[in-house]
Amino acid sequence: MLLKPLFRLPQKTNFHFVKYFKVCFALSIIGIVGTVVLLFIQGLNFGIDFKGGTLMQVQTPTAAEAAKLRTTLTEIGVGEIQIQNFGKDDELLIRFPEQEGGPEAQKVAADKVLAALPQGTKELRREQVGSTVSKELINSAIWALVLANLGIFAYVWFRFEWQFALGAIIALIHDVMITIGLWSLFGLDFDLTIVAALLTILGYSINDTVVIYDRIRENLRRYKKMPLPQLLDLSVNETMSRTIMTVATVLMALIPLYIFGGEVIRGFTFAMIFGTLIGTYSSVYIAAPFLILIGVKRDWSGVEKAGAKPGVPGAKPAKSASSRPENRPAIETSEADAFEPTDTPEVETPAPARVATKPSGYRPPAGRKAGRGKRR
Amino acid sequence: MSAFTLHFSRWGAVATILISVASVIFALPNVIPLSTYESLPSWAQLPRMPLGLDLRGGTHLLYQIDTAQLKKDWLQSIQTESRRSLSEARVAHSGVVIAGNQVRVNLRDPANTDAALTKLKTLAQPLSTSLLTSSGGDTGMDVAVQSTQPGVITLEPTQAGIQRRIENAISRSIEVIRRRVDPQGTTEATIQAQGGANGKDRILIQVPGLAPDEVKSRVGTTAKLTFQLVDSSMSAEDAKDHGVPPDSQLLPDQERPGQFVLVHKEVIVSGDDLVNAYAGYDSRAGGIGERAVDFEFNSRGAAAFARVTRENIGRPFAIILDGKVISAPVIRSEIPGGRGQITGNFGVEETNRLALLLRSGALPAALSIIEERSVGPSLGADSIDAGSIAAAVGFLAVSLFMISAYGLFGVFSVIALAVNIAIIMACLSLFHATLTMPGIAGIVLTMGVAVDANVLIYERIREELRTGRGMISAIEAGFDRAYATIIDSHLTALLAALILYAFGSGTVKGFAVTLSFGIVSSLFTAITLTRLMVSTWLRQTRPTVLHI
Repeated sequence: MLLKPLFRLPQKTNFHFVKYFKVCFALSIIGIVGTVVLLFIQGLNFGIDFKGGTLMQVQTPTAAEAAKLRTTLTEIGVGEIQIQNFGKDDELLIRFPEQEGGPEAQKVAADKVLAALPQGTKELRREQVGSTVSKELINSAIWALVLANLGIFAYVWFRFEWQFALGAIIALIHDVMITIGLWSLFGLDFDLTIVAALLTILGYSINDTVVIYDRIRENLRRYKKMPLPQLLDLSVNETMSRTIMTVATVLMALIPLYIFGGEVIRGFTFAMIFGTLIGTYSSVYIAAPFLILIGVKRDWSGVEKAGAKPGVPGAKPAKSASSRPENRPAIETSEADAFEPTDTPEVETPAPARVATKPSGYRPPAGRKAGRGKRR
Repeated sequence: MSAFTLHFSRWGAVATILISVASVIFALPNVIPLSTYESLPSWAQLPRMPLGLDLRGGTHLLYQIDTAQLKKDWLQSIQTESRRSLSEARVAHSGVVIAGNQVRVNLRDPANTDAALTKLKTLAQPLSTSLLTSSGGDTGMDVAVQSTQPGVITLEPTQAGIQRRIENAISRSIEVIRRRVDPQGTTEATIQAQGGANGKDRILIQVPGLAPDEVKSRVGTTAKLTFQLVDSSMSAEDAKDHGVPPDSQLLPDQERPGQFVLVHKEVIVSGDDLVNAYAGYDSRAGGIGERAVDFEFNSRGAAAFARVTRENIGRPFAIILDGKVISAPVIRSEIPGGRGQITGNFGVEETNRLALLLRSGALPAALSIIEERSVGPSLGADSIDAGSIAAAVGFLAVSLFMISAYGLFGVFSVIALAVNIAIIMACLSLFHATLTMPGIAGIVLTMGVAVDANVLIYERIREELRTGRGMISAIEAGFDRAYATIIDSHLTALLAALILYAFGSGTVKGFAVTLSFGIVSSLFTAITLTRLMVSTWLRQTRPTVLHI
């Protein structure tokens, strides 16, 4: 029984990503500056986590219209009160700010709100955050974002070079800023779960960036004389099918969560979906081309051990004589033509050479074993 | 990375399979219906994932201890102790007063300064018995006793002393609250100290299945019970108009709102000497079966109570709870044996609650709520349903997509994904880590991210095939080269998840937990399970064509 793939993404793409990098940088800078301006003009619609106050989720006996209740609830005098329908017709989300007089006053206000709602209203959820706690929550959220960025910067620096680390961090800041900008633009609720989403976006985006950077580093070792823009294009193109597959699977997991996951985490899932897209964009259009701007070290001969290693010169071609049913010479030729790897005799060296050069007794070379079995 | 080849040592293979199977077994209790689970013999009832408050409903309360009150109480007790010590040492003083953050002692004769200082220094307690911290002087003490000028001695609580006092108050409060909220130890309540701006001066209470009002009334008041004699030298009204005698105080009367009772400040017996309290009925002759709370003193309390009642027959005494006079009966006879009764206009609920509060002891300081979150049980159940549906649909979508993209290899990655989810659930169950709604989101997200490892490997294999490698060699190279990338990308993502864990609170922490478990398990399945499946398939079927 052999299951065959039903479809296959184009295996050999040849887009010129870096050609557009100036346009993309310009767009992204506009986006970031726009975010900063937006933050100054209208700020963020902070949830109670960050500004204190009370949030109540209630279920009314019949369908309730937030707009109609707004007047009634504004009149009871608990300050600026927000009412919105929450997922279902008969569910409402009500928020009002912190009251003078501490938690007792806050509870009195909540009772007033409940009393003003139609008879038979059930309270499903209540969250009440005092201003001391909300200030701490803001602080720890900011610290978390800063530390996550610093940690990632340090890790990428350690694994790659500082130029990569800088590119990665700029892409991450870009993702966070643009997402915050979107939240500010549409006045979406900005609470703790959104900060969690931002951190997850960081994790996803850096994942994506590192995959492309890994390939760039590998190609830097292979094609020592290829012009950088061309090399970046090659690397992004080579990883393109993976990028698309991964974005697709992550979205396939997230979209059901957005649709079926309920109102409570909808904001969070929306942030994740947006962040996945923006993270992918920034990996391809910001993090990679950024390397053109600051340049990278071209001589990687001393750091072969660090990552995926190219094949070792002096391979025994005999080992690669195993069947090659999937060999596609046409594609291979076109690839070679496209990028002219002039100075890399080791590039196409088959892997078994690596097996052969292993110290004996370390681990039985499996490839050989499996291969031998197969040829018998 | 060359350690990763298609070869598996026998033990490596066995370990991989064992871990995978064990994970599935430990994840199973969470997916079978609750009724089936409960009908299992107890040895087969493996732990289930504890559900967070947002999934099963319940109350989350964050209390802040009143540190100002705590300091004030302490200064007052230092004042009382100082007076007592000075009279013991027969040193005359012209006043022991509280001035700001310190107690100031003015001696009549400055020549007595040294003697008084020595005596007062005995009031200070060392903070720690460790030689490292108590480096002599006042630094290692909870109260700094000094004399800056002859005839004047100051006693000032040290910062470390205050800190320790707050910590002690917190840990005593936690014990008291636990006895009140969870007397039988059955509600799975979480009660723990939390750090605020001044160290650990907060208490977090999480109780599943209870509404916030219920929890709040159980935590209740400080329940500071004292018995004090009523000052009959003047009426409360007179005292209000003409000033309260120095050793007395006016306290509100619970039974007659707006009225006050004048009581002596001296405490005869306090709730600290109570050994038991329970709900009962008024046992007085002529009592009409009114509800009451019976209590029992320890021997010290009993002796003091007997002495005072013997000496004050015919005079009223006040039973005071949290600064309010609950009742002020007249002493008819000596009350020996240390048993007594509190009557008032109590309902059933009230007597039970008061008895429980008294039994559990007083809180050392007042607590105020600074954060409250509660979820009703119906919303929690809805969230579980929503999360399960989303997870199922997500799993199905990702599986179909992977199989259509990679064929048989897609099937491998779906198996790996299933094991991945099993590992997350098993870890949550075994480590007793709480599953929250964001936690479910974390699992769903892991689905998307976990297959990324497989995608990296498979895409790499395709690339290697295109360069003209043989099948085996391409598969090997695909695995080998993808691993560096997988490890890099997983470690950076893990870094973000761990920071999220360290800084997140409540439900967000739940998300960070599942995400971290997910990243680690995805690394595991990519390095071992997927590889094992591919190499077994190669060995068993000896394919000549690779459809990937």
